[in-house]
Amino acid sequence: MDLLLKIVIVDESPVRSAIIEEGLREAGYTQVTRIEEVTNLLARIYAIDPDVIIIDLENPSRDVLEQMFQVSRVVKRPIAMFVDQSDTASIQASVDAGVSAYIVGGLMKERVKNILDLCISRFNAFSRLQSELDQAKIALEERKVIDRAKGILMKAKNLTEDEAYALLRKTAMNEKKKIAEIAQSVITASEMFK
Amino acid sequence: MSEDPRLCIGFIPLVDAAALIVAVDKGLAAGEGLEIELKREVSWSNVRDKLNIGLFDAAHLLAPVAIASSLGLGHVRVPILAPFNLGLNGNAITVSPELFADLKTSADGDLSDPMISARALARVVRERRAQRRDPLTFGMTFPFSTHNYQLRFWMAAGGVNPDEDVCLVVLPPPYMVESLAKKHVDAFCVGAPWNSVAVDLGVGHILHFASEIFARAAEKVLAVRERWAQDNPDLLIRLVRAQGKAAVFVGNPDNHAETAAILAAPDRLGVKAEVIMRTLAGKLKVSPDGDVRASDRYLLVGRANAARPDPAQAAWLYAQMVRWKQAPLDGKLLAQAQAVFRPDIHDKALGAPPMPAGEPADGIGAFSGPAFDPRDIAGHLASWSIPAR
Repeated sequence: MDLLLKIVIVDESPVRSAIIEEGLREAGYTQVTRIEEVTNLLARIYAIDPDVIIIDLENPSRDVLEQMFQVSRVVKRPIAMFVDQSDTASIQASVDAGVSAYIVGGLMKERVKNILDLCISRFNAFSRLQSELDQAKIALEERKVIDRAKGILMKAKNLTEDEAYALLRKTAMNEKKKIAEIAQSVITASEMFK
Repeated sequence: MSEDPRLCIGFIPLVDAAALIVAVDKGLAAGEGLEIELKREVSWSNVRDKLNIGLFDAAHLLAPVAIASSLGLGHVRVPILAPFNLGLNGNAITVSPELFADLKTSADGDLSDPMISARALARVVRERRAQRRDPLTFGMTFPFSTHNYQLRFWMAAGGVNPDEDVCLVVLPPPYMVESLAKKHVDAFCVGAPWNSVAVDLGVGHILHFASEIFARAAEKVLAVRERWAQDNPDLLIRLVRAQGKAAVFVGNPDNHAETAAILAAPDRLGVKAEVIMRTLAGKLKVSPDGDVRASDRYLLVGRANAARPDPAQAAWLYAQMVRWKQAPLDGKLLAQAQAVFRPDIHDKALGAPPMPAGEPADGIGAFSGPAFDPRDIAGHLASWSIPAR
């Protein structure tokens, strides 16, 4: 049964490998293993003896796998690259997303393609999540700067919080700048007046 | 046809990316009207894939990978052209202090002679087998790499079969030193700065410069897709011209300090300029005790006609692939391999330099065995006893 395929995920990002594992499990694959450390990778892979290996493209250990797929004497069974030699669209999609897949046994190409497609969408989901997280972090930083600037204005000009914010917003509109930028200049100026 | 001068070029942080980095960071590429963005990469598979599918217009690539890609070995077949050598030589073989001591005990002469060290290795291998100890493990950087072929050629010359008597494993260069320190490997062959890093940490001895095994080995090339070269003939010439100017700059000892400072930047190699200087000068500390070995051909960039691709070198690399069963012996494949190296494009951009005196006549200069003849690879390979054929 195909759902009993042994799949190994090699990824230094624990969050991303968790997301992929979850996706594979949802799709019904039960034998999924994550490897996060990079030293002695081959020993771990030999011990697990997977049918498919999914690896993060930016992982330096990809070169290690390339060798594994050429030295069949060590793996002791026939090995092949997943992608059809002519299927450059699949390679492009996986490189764009940052994922690469290898099959170890003589698997059906269609079956592996499903797994890879799933991983590509999971990798893309992870990148979206990452950029949302980055944006959230920036927003939080901006929030803190604006709060500090409000405090400075409230104290210096004897304003309420709403009035201080209104002043920041009005100045930002007049200067065609972001509120956070104006807030930062308020903080910088107050430091200089200290 | 108007060609877009904005190029994206991938590189691995190694000293032999020097001409590529200097061409961009010193404005030599801009002087040719090129806007180059350099992208640092972590693995050769990644550089190859991104070049092959067109995310990169050009790349710093292992010379054997350019040939393997053109022949469809190990991966999708994408024809690649190498119009410029970024460097010849530059690797070294480093062994653990334990293996160094064993070799020294077994050697019947001066270990700095590669034939003496190779025979000593054969004795160590036999003794370990008699004692039922694990075989020695050697790290190298990629299946299609000069590192792989340099190690194998050297071992085999002493009577060691690299596929039977030892383990050869691929390791990413940044993990080499740690793996040696943790005794996951007993030795490795890698480019700069990793051999020096191991020596400085006291975990390794540099046994040989790879240039002691072969006088001239094509190490890294500037690689472009054949298709891209056809679509952008003018850009290609300008790109090669910028590389040529940069290589001459890098090859001049007066510029080593400036080159090292440029390469040391965090977004380039990100290692100390002093370590890069040692490589450029070809003067390396080889043992933790402080012994120094120097060679004027440790790494050749912009000197001794190093930049001009030599199809005999491509044939020689193909012969190594055949010898170690990565490729079948076939006249058509040999012709395809030789066609990867394009001295004609180099000469069109830079003119043909005269071959300096004192270079090996066969273009390789191996430390043992007959001279290489690209017209008779079968005969050349038949002269080796390992592997038994």
